[in-house]
Amino acid sequence: MNPFQYTRSLAAAGAIQSVLKEPHAHFLAGGTNLIDLIKMGVVTPERLVDINPLPLKGIEKTATGLRLGALATNSEVADHPLVLQGYPLLSLAINAGASPQLRNMATVGGNMMQRTRCNYFFDTAMPCNKRSPGSGCGALEGINRMHAIFGASPACIAVNPSDMNVAMVALDAVVHVKGPKGERKIPFADFHRLPGDHPEKDNTLERGELIMAVDLPAPAFSQHVAYLKIRDRTSYAFALVSVAAALKMDGNMITDARLAMGGVAHKPWRLHAAETFLKGKTPGDDTFKQAAQIAMQGAKAYRYNQFKLTMAPNAILQALKTASA
Amino acid sequence: MSTKPGKDPEKPEKEPAGEGLLSGTRRDFLKQSSLLSAIAFAPATVVKAAENQWPEKVADAFEKVDVHLEVNGTKYNVQVEPRTTLLDLLREQLNFTGTKKGCDRGQCGACTVHVNGVRINSCLSLAVTNEGKKITTIEGLANGDQLHPMQEAFIKHDGFQCGYCTSGQIMSAVALVKEGRTQSREQISEFMSGNICRCGAYSRIVKAIQEVKTNQS
Ligand SMILES: Cc1cc2nc3c(=O)[nH]c(=O)nc-3n(C[C@H](O)[C@H](O)[C@H](O)COP(=O)(O)OP(=O)(O)OC[C@H]3O[C@@H](n4cnc5c(N)ncnc54)[C@H](O)[C@@H]3O)c2cc1C
Ligand code: FES
Ligand code: FES
Repeated sequence: MNPFQYTRSLAAAGAIQSVLKEPHAHFLAGGTNLIDLIKMGVVTPERLVDINPLPLKGIEKTATGLRLGALATNSEVADHPLVLQGYPLLSLAINAGASPQLRNMATVGGNMMQRTRCNYFFDTAMPCNKRSPGSGCGALEGINRMHAIFGASPACIAVNPSDMNVAMVALDAVVHVKGPKGERKIPFADFHRLPGDHPEKDNTLERGELIMAVDLPAPAFSQHVAYLKIRDRTSYAFALVSVAAALKMDGNMITDARLAMGGVAHKPWRLHAAETFLKGKTPGDDTFKQAAQIAMQGAKAYRYNQFKLTMAPNAILQALKTASA
Repeated sequence: MSTKPGKDPEKPEKEPAGEGLLSGTRRDFLKQSSLLSAIAFAPATVVKAAENQWPEKVADAFEKVDVHLEVNGTKYNVQVEPRTTLLDLLREQLNFTGTKKGCDRGQCGACTVHVNGVRINSCLSLAVTNEGKKITTIEGLANGDQLHPMQEAFIKHDGFQCGYCTSGQIMSAVALVKEGRTQSREQISEFMSGNICRCGAYSRIVKAIQEVKTNQS
């Protein structure tokens, strides 16, 4: 690992200032992504600003829902009684990711900010517009088995690797950030972005902005939920495709639906059209297959990820069956 | 800017007999080359160190940080570079070599230790972020000559072959029981999935865990 300087921050304002002062300074939370990237030479920081002492670990009820502090660990969130009770989809998604040890270290903010697992991004000998803008996309004509089928651009076909993000976008979470210009709120769906011509930007956070918390609205999907993750081994692997499904049922009628996918795009992929289609319908294979077909409109595969065009709609069908059961 | 090595005030002018010219040259070479390669990384402090002709120990320019922590019940005050991982601090500086380095990237679990009672991968945790924390390693499980029940169970059920993953497996398993994730074989497998065993001792590891769980309840 290249050497770097270290600052331990005791207040958010100080942490933000420390990061703004140097062009290659980064916030450090659980370290499970950042330290890995530093070891690989993908990130070469001059300074790490340790935000762990900041009082952002709380998980608290708000007037409308639940607030998750940016430094609450993935385990703390997944195991919290209020999350299990009101937002079981979030618990399922978090527990489908990484390993128990990593989830004990990983934080809400760090999970949102984790970089893609595209091999071309990790291998500094390879071209990658995300790591080194203008160098080209190695995956476009390369081994693109893990890559996007929605919303990609000729500059980048990488995917957002997070499981937690898929549940967050489905649940309409809101991100609270603090920066040099003050505080603002970002709907989760607008937090991550599509690659376009600037794949080096994963999200809409500006330099120096610190995630303070994520707010969940009042619990609306506490019963009929499923998180289906398909990967190369049963556990401890990133998603090829994942589906978060949440239904509100009145007797045998779907009154509301949330559907999102992971492993398919540069951002957690919300499936609004399929959700609209499901409302007012009766659960059943035909309905779910149609919803999956609607969800897959506009999908485009590359040489090695053609299988996702079949796997994704099947995963949607299966997740909806589980959720409605 | 000069890269000439300066004099080391701590060392006598002449090399002690027996080491002679060769080691002196080697040392000078190491000083120079480490300085040059450090400049290639070019963080501001290194360049400053070079400009000020501090050729002795460039690493010192990266401001070692004081860390106070407890390992297996003993308090330590250590100085570490910010980039030192908890794993390297334990193994290289404090000689707790029972904790193993497999992948060094969070992918295998060989480096699993408990921090304030919670299992983590020490290869992805910077030592400096463990200020004031209580660490337990595999060396801290036994009570004198009496092994921890999980260690006994691993021996009884042959929960290993080469043994490289074993300290990580046992640290994880002890935490798993505490977390109450031993309801079924499936649950044990899922919540032990952060520990890879290249020798494939998995089914025996599960048996060892089940025995400890049964004996406890
Ligand atoms: C072997 C392995 C397997 C994994 N498998 C999965 C998986 O299957 N599914 C999955 O979802 N994830 C997986 N992960 C990724 C893991 O979830 C992330 O590494 C973790 O969530 C990152 O959180 P952290 O707190 O450790 O972040 P850090 O590594 O500390 O930081 C990551 C980034 O976030 C920034 N950051 C951190 N906190 C803030 C904040 N509050 N405001 C602004 N910026 C911030 C940092 O500057 C840095 O750029 C895996 C990781 C490993 C190593
Ligand atoms: S050495 Fe830490 S997980 Fe492999
Ligand atoms: S016993 Fe050899 S790796 Fe597990």
